[in-house]
Amino acid sequence: MLKKLLLAGAMSLAVTGAASACDFTNTTPVKSLTAGFEAWKAVTSFMAKCGDFEAELDQEFRTKQPAAFAANPSLYQIGGVANGTLVPLLNEGTVRPLDDLIAKHGQNLTANQLIKINGETMAVAMMVNAQHLMYREDILTDLGIPVPKTYDEVLSAAAKIKEAGVVEYPIGGTFKTGWNLGEEFVNMYLGMGGEFFGPDNAATIENEQGVASLEMLKKLTEYMDPEYLVSDSTYVQQQFQQGKIAMANLWASRAGAMDDPNESQVVGKVKMAGAPTANARAASTLWWDGIVIAKNASDEEAEAAFRVAMNGMTPEMVKENNDVAVWLIEGYEPGPLALGVVQTAEAGALPYPASSQMGLMHTALGNGVADYLTGAKDAETTLKDIAAAYTTSAKEAGLIK
Amino acid sequence: MNTKTFAAFVGPSIFLMLLFIAAPLVSVFMQSFYVTQPVFEQVEVETCTPGFPNQTCVTETKIQPVLGDDGKIVTTVKYVGLESYSNVLEPGRAWEALSALDFDALLTIDFWKALRFTLTFTLVTLPLVIGVGLAIAITVNNATRMIRGPIIFVSLLPFIITPVIGALSIRWLFIGDGIMTAFLEWWLGRDISMFGQGWTIELLMMFYRVWHVAPFAFLVFYAGLQTVNQDTLESAVIDGASRWERLRYVIIPHLMPLIVFVSLIHLMDSYRVFEEIVGFSSQAYRISLQWLTYDLLTPDDSGNRSISRASASAMLTMIGIVVLLIPLLRKTWRDHKGGRV
Repeated sequence: MLKKLLLAGAMSLAVTGAASACDFTNTTPVKSLTAGFEAWKAVTSFMAKCGDFEAELDQEFRTKQPAAFAANPSLYQIGGVANGTLVPLLNEGTVRPLDDLIAKHGQNLTANQLIKINGETMAVAMMVNAQHLMYREDILTDLGIPVPKTYDEVLSAAAKIKEAGVVEYPIGGTFKTGWNLGEEFVNMYLGMGGEFFGPDNAATIENEQGVASLEMLKKLTEYMDPEYLVSDSTYVQQQFQQGKIAMANLWASRAGAMDDPNESQVVGKVKMAGAPTANARAASTLWWDGIVIAKNASDEEAEAAFRVAMNGMTPEMVKENNDVAVWLIEGYEPGPLALGVVQTAEAGALPYPASSQMGLMHTALGNGVADYLTGAKDAETTLKDIAAAYTTSAKEAGLIK
Repeated sequence: MNTKTFAAFVGPSIFLMLLFIAAPLVSVFMQSFYVTQPVFEQVEVETCTPGFPNQTCVTETKIQPVLGDDGKIVTTVKYVGLESYSNVLEPGRAWEALSALDFDALLTIDFWKALRFTLTFTLVTLPLVIGVGLAIAITVNNATRMIRGPIIFVSLLPFIITPVIGALSIRWLFIGDGIMTAFLEWWLGRDISMFGQGWTIELLMMFYRVWHVAPFAFLVFYAGLQTVNQDTLESAVIDGASRWERLRYVIIPHLMPLIVFVSLIHLMDSYRVFEEIVGFSSQAYRISLQWLTYDLLTPDDSGNRSISRASASAMLTMIGIVVLLIPLLRKTWRDHKGGRV
């Protein structure tokens, strides 16, 4: 009996193996460390079809990745990275250029996917992500409000929605202190046309764009749940799903959840649009997610890892998971959910300006902006203290002499 | 016991204490006086990233660490003296605020803000933990034997729960329109947001800590209650001592060493308050000294972390604990010496 069962299992494995898309049988052990959101689940489950592959999906991957890749041999052959998390790997030189491997095995890749640093491809992107406007179409239509294009329009729309009293809070926001709040400021400040650094990495946020960004963020919070300083992406997503908010500048990777009938009470009512613009451009940053291959691995391992990774990024994978993300992979058909990212990019949103300095600045912003929103400091003092916090850590890191 | 046997018994634990407590402490102490920095160079870098419909390429001057021949970043170690301490304490700003008697300004500096919260938290929860623990112990001691077991079991439950999980579950009861918030709103007929301002979160954190630690105090006191001299108690009853007087003059003096013990443990534990900050995500309003160290150690997206400042902050936390413990340790020391004479 047991033997029969085992045999049946082996048979079905063989069958699925044959039906799956993997174009080779992998015999070199390959491990990956990536973030844990839906898109990574989809990609790694397709990589797994090649065999001898182990995926580690961890939302806190960024704290492990630099050390794991610096080990020799590297603890993982494939790494999942984004704009920011690629920086420490590049700085430490622990990822390898991929041009040879792409020439051999990367025929399916499009030029847009290749992350090039000084002409060398260091990473292969699979999707883009950005915060953009999501809104309740039914509410806006009922109240005769056009879809807001600028942040001033967002405020006036919010005022009308509040007056009508159709939802608990007109606006939702990922304003949780720390990384989320830092990102909100980065978006708004770039949208206002600000620049973060001057010569010699000195902070240059103490200016009118900085003040204007803080003021705009504060005006938005007046229409939010008073607990905004603990609200992260998941919290805002749930507020949408439970019909508590009407608008939010939320991550594109969360768009699919709005129409999930198991979770959402507002299926089909939430529509996507580009991020509202501030004074200069769309107040959002463009992010990409993709893979790198470890340098501290043998060429043989690296080749196997790259082939496995390529088998995760296939048109078949995209076909099965079309609405999970805004894919860059061939075969993607942009649906209505992708509209937000496309419009945001068209409205001039910049790629997130990832660098060592920016990492420090982001932390200083994430910890410092809350003091203005809670009223503990005025705008000038807040910016001055953030700049001082940045300077202290930049000096300690050796970025400022 | 001869010296050799004594050494054989104590030796291993002294060795382990040196290895796992003293050595790391010395290393952290040393690190707080040095900074390790990569050697940087300025380079022109062209970066191409995905865009619509085509890639966007930007060329910019980037600052990046120099890689040595071994493929590792070249670093320099620099002695900075007390600079890391002064970066944490920000004495200039603190003094300015103090001399203007502007406490709000003082509390905008991270370290002082954290110190304020940590001290309040420690000193408010201490009497509550001891009081509640003692109350449960006396109640259980006076309960009939039949229901004693179940009561002990139920009152120990909070202590068994993993701290972070406990904090998270209380947070979920109150966050947004959680069950408890919804109930309070219905009861008081007004809109409540427990996480919308600092003092409510602080209250919740203290409530949680007392709820979590009181069973430990209860356990210790309950054990102590079993050894109260029954003859003394009886003679107190015959002398006409009331319940309160028996508690005040017989039971509490008997339990005093245990109360000191529980206080010591609680002071050490709650001065390192950390789970509550993470569990209630109170960073916007309330931070603790231990959280400050953790935050300095956490690498950001670009992999930066402030080891030196974290070491300084850890040393300052340790100094704080020692200062807090001095009165209690002196008392124990005096009792100890008194006992010998």
